[in-house]
Amino acid sequence: MMSNKIWVYIDQFKGRALPISWEAIGVGRTLAGQFGGGVTALVFGHQVEAIAQEAFHYGADEVYLADDATLSEYRPEPYTTLIAKLAGESTPEVILFPTTTRGRELAAMSAIDLKTGVLPDVTALNVQDGIIVVTRPVYAGKLLSKVQCKTRPQIISLRGRAFPKPALDPSRTGTINRIGAVLAESDIPTKVVDYAQVGGGVSLTDASVIVSGGRGVANNPSLVPPAGLGEKEAEIWKAQQGFKLVGGLAAVLGGAMGASRAAVDAGYIPYPHQVGQTGKVVSPDLYIACGISGAIQHLAGMRTSKVIVAINRDPEAPIFKLARFGVVGDIYAILPALTEAFGKKLGK
Amino acid sequence: MKIVVCVKQVPDSAAKVVVENGRVTWGDAPLVVNPWDEYAIEAALTQKEALGGDVTVISMGGESAREVLKQALAMGCGEAILISDPALAQADSQATARVLAAAVRKISDVDLIFFGRQAIDDDAGVIPAQTACLLGWPVLSLVSVIRSLDPGARTVRVERSIEEGRQVVEARLPAVISVVKDIGDPRYPSFMGIRKASKAVIPAWTLTDLGLGALDPVISWPELMNPPQREVKTEMITGDSPQEIAEKLADKILGEKVL
Repeated sequence: MMSNKIWVYIDQFKGRALPISWEAIGVGRTLAGQFGGGVTALVFGHQVEAIAQEAFHYGADEVYLADDATLSEYRPEPYTTLIAKLAGESTPEVILFPTTTRGRELAAMSAIDLKTGVLPDVTALNVQDGIIVVTRPVYAGKLLSKVQCKTRPQIISLRGRAFPKPALDPSRTGTINRIGAVLAESDIPTKVVDYAQVGGGVSLTDASVIVSGGRGVANNPSLVPPAGLGEKEAEIWKAQQGFKLVGGLAAVLGGAMGASRAAVDAGYIPYPHQVGQTGKVVSPDLYIACGISGAIQHLAGMRTSKVIVAINRDPEAPIFKLARFGVVGDIYAILPALTEAFGKKLGK
Repeated sequence: MKIVVCVKQVPDSAAKVVVENGRVTWGDAPLVVNPWDEYAIEAALTQKEALGGDVTVISMGGESAREVLKQALAMGCGEAILISDPALAQADSQATARVLAAAVRKISDVDLIFFGRQAIDDDAGVIPAQTACLLGWPVLSLVSVIRSLDPGARTVRVERSIEEGRQVVEARLPAVISVVKDIGDPRYPSFMGIRKASKAVIPAWTLTDLGLGALDPVISWPELMNPPQREVKTEMITGDSPQEIAEKLADKILGEKVL
């Protein structure tokens, strides 16, 4: 039992696994090909046996399943204690985590418990003479750093969308090893009290399409704000009309809505939409930048997008240097037309 | 309340950072307080103002890190401590967390530690959780709102910003908190604050002062690179009407097979 050298932590929220976890199993399989043995998945939660089956379908050979009421909501202390106990009893070579808020935190804490190093938010990975050398972006991707862990197990968290998701094979099965929780409820110093979904749209970091707006979305001289608004309110009102167009295009493309820091700082749109060095770093297949000039801190957050499209009134905007397609023009005219064109072509 | 804020000095986010001859350079861009840490300072000061107590700011770094400590003092922190030791020049995250945990123990009787969510240079975002783990304290990461902080009941209740939305979590004190931007805009240093900070004597602690021996690195960095140049040929789409431009652009995008 647990002789596999490659372990993968499966991140779940409210009983549903995050698909980024399957990308981690895919990397685990590649590593198992080099180190020998199979892939062990760690599934923690309450009433999460279905996730164990999914893990087999995506390539796990064995699942360590901890199913307990105290694990029902993710909390770092009981989860990391469990990982430390399991890894302490065995000798994994590598433990992979998906880089979610939970995965990054668990990787960090497991490294302390297991007295080893952690390589967070990795975008590429190579094995050289039995040693894993990873690449991770630093300075929001302005530089790339090659890093390796000198101690064992090597704890690595993998950035979402950086590695392919393996094909689903519903005929695959594996062994489930059931384990108990380590901490009793009274020993856990935190309690999850409440949860509220925000926005409800596609999350930026998972999105394959992102349409973003910048300061330029407030620049429609022909819009007349409702009477009685102050200068700042009128500007924000104009920007909100602009972001409705950005959101409309995102909706027809099934994508998420992003924003530049300038737009967030100006109060046009809430912070969770911010793309860039002090916002979210994203890498979608298609990134459409509307009224974004392309400050260095924004470019750092989206430069690895596959196809970048820029729509801006200023032909000198730096964003055009990264763009595959560019339009010099007014987003208030282009966006509705583009939304309509995609609606027709995509049959929506 | 006895509060500690941990801050890091980093190149400004507008800096053009490149590798030259294997070394990181950022031209004449200034070194600043890590932007996320400014929010941590603000959160700490807000809590101190509400509940009384004091805020100590600490930073691990070279002599230049005194500048970020002075800024934190000018914003309103009561005391500052620099942690500086030649042996820490290549510190990895585990060594950094050990140093910070040891400093917090030395300061003693600390109720809360505030961090920014991550440093914008190494983007690791692991130090708050690692420090908490070493101290054996709960960690509340990515906090956007502090709902209540009750020194009598020794509890703190916060909203965390996670992928799926907002989660409300309660923890026992002492605890470690990392904050996101929603926590509230950092204040500007006051004139009086700047005067006070300019005169402040900032002690420097070494590994020996912290009772720590050599911290064996668990990570190595064989190479630092500039990312591959993005080879893009930009095609400008033009037309006589927005409809014509939109029509052409939509076809071009569909031709890239990314939808």
